[in-house]
Amino acid sequence: MSDATGAIEAVWRIESARLVAGLARTVGDVGLAEDLAQDALVAALEKWPQAGVPDNPGGWLMATAKNRAIDRFRREATYERKREEVARDAGALFAMERSDFEAAADDEIGDDLLALIFTCCHPLLSREARVALTLRLLGGLTTPEIARAFLAPEPTVAQRLVRAKRTLREARVPLEVPRDAELDERLPSVLEVIYLVFNEGYAASAGEDWVRTDLCEEALRLGRILAELAPAGPEAHGLVALMEIQASRSGARRGPDGEPVLLLEQDRGRWDPLLIVRGRRALERAEALPGPLGPYGLQAAIAACHARAIRAEETDWVRIAALYEALAQIAPSPVVELNRTVALGMAFGPEAGLELLERIEDDPALAQYHLLPSVRGDLLEKAGRREEAASEFRKAATLATNARERKFLLRRAGG
Amino acid sequence: MRFMMFMYPQIEEQDWNPTAEAVEAMSRYNEELRKAGLLLSLDGLHPPSEGGVVSFDSEGKATVTDGPFAEAKEVVGGYWLIQARSKEEALEWASRVPGENCRVEVRRVFEMEDFPQDVQDAVSENFGG
Repeated sequence: MSDATGAIEAVWRIESARLVAGLARTVGDVGLAEDLAQDALVAALEKWPQAGVPDNPGGWLMATAKNRAIDRFRREATYERKREEVARDAGALFAMERSDFEAAADDEIGDDLLALIFTCCHPLLSREARVALTLRLLGGLTTPEIARAFLAPEPTVAQRLVRAKRTLREARVPLEVPRDAELDERLPSVLEVIYLVFNEGYAASAGEDWVRTDLCEEALRLGRILAELAPAGPEAHGLVALMEIQASRSGARRGPDGEPVLLLEQDRGRWDPLLIVRGRRALERAEALPGPLGPYGLQAAIAACHARAIRAEETDWVRIAALYEALAQIAPSPVVELNRTVALGMAFGPEAGLELLERIEDDPALAQYHLLPSVRGDLLEKAGRREEAASEFRKAATLATNARERKFLLRRAGG
Repeated sequence: MRFMMFMYPQIEEQDWNPTAEAVEAMSRYNEELRKAGLLLSLDGLHPPSEGGVVSFDSEGKATVTDGPFAEAKEVVGGYWLIQARSKEEALEWASRVPGENCRVEVRRVFEMEDFPQDVQDAVSENFGG
């Protein structure tokens, strides 16, 4: 990669989302907006190595993309498109030319970006398509990069993107930020996409392709942008808080051989204090907004409790148990209940945990889940009921799919 | 990855405090970084005369020198800590700083994985006694 290409790629990373967002608003189609933006990138790759990067690269790219758009409309006019349609689109483009892109109010650019985020995460699209389109249009990732990031074959991702753009075009999905009730309804889909990207990066281990490990930072970046732009509501800040605090542990969650290290056994000296502070600040912002914390905010509050404890023994389990109870009320799931059981056991002793466990153990969703007998074994052991504990650990070992975990459980059964 | 951008203003100490216009331009820039979701932290620093220097000789003996200092050296005026995908991206952001008569140095921040295992272990051993 020559210096010039590197510099152009850097400009592209910074400008592409705003470029696509601004173009999409004007032409009303994200697929076409992306093509135009790509045309502008190709032009930059031709011109900038000799002429140098212009002073206002974003403005240059936008002006070039608009010119390409006008050329396209004129060309298409001679073929299939209706004259008045062409006139309308070209008119919009000329109108846009008059309003200087760089001079456009910050809110306007912000609105365009936000509209693009909501469009990429539209409920018409499958979850995989939302993720791919978001990374492509908001992250500026190439199709091969997305494929590598999600360990998917490149043609699959390419096809997913083509279909997603076609679906949006055919449904004439308007490029706009949903309002009021519709906003509340559609925000979770956006948050989910960002958190999926984060978790994919979090699941990657050190030494894997950088595209994968970079996903955490990309999700954080998208989350922060969303929290900055999204109208009031605590959940976007809650998600950012959760991701910042989880990311703070990334240097501590694996041992020297790549094996996972449980939260309570992690070396807290390796937690990143900057990200913890940022996470707590985001959580404070979520708490300051009207309305109770949502599922992300509550999970962030739980993560913040762990982050606050300098040593694992100092963890405020009473508060964590209360937060899990709140989480179980708004987002009930067997896994949340199981976590609540652990917190109750830590806060009030094993009997309290076992009592809750009795109420959830028949949940079919947990029937094959090795953590259920593992948690029960742990509580029984703490209650001094060794033999019953050993039998639970053996049961857990037969359900565990991971060899390392199975070994660990069998060791506990024998000990 | 993370990059630290150091600002070296080429000014005399008596001109250290920036004008309202300069602050406004810088705030706009900082806001742009923040809205791009990349700004992790930033600070502006008081002039060196209000600080001090601790120097260590080859035996590790410390000597404190309090400001003000006779010789005017190039000094840091502030910094940004940002997240970026590449050095080129960090350099592009640095080139957008609304600066005059200054230099912005871009340096990549060490991360735990950049260290060999024995260095990583030394970090762990020294935490929590």
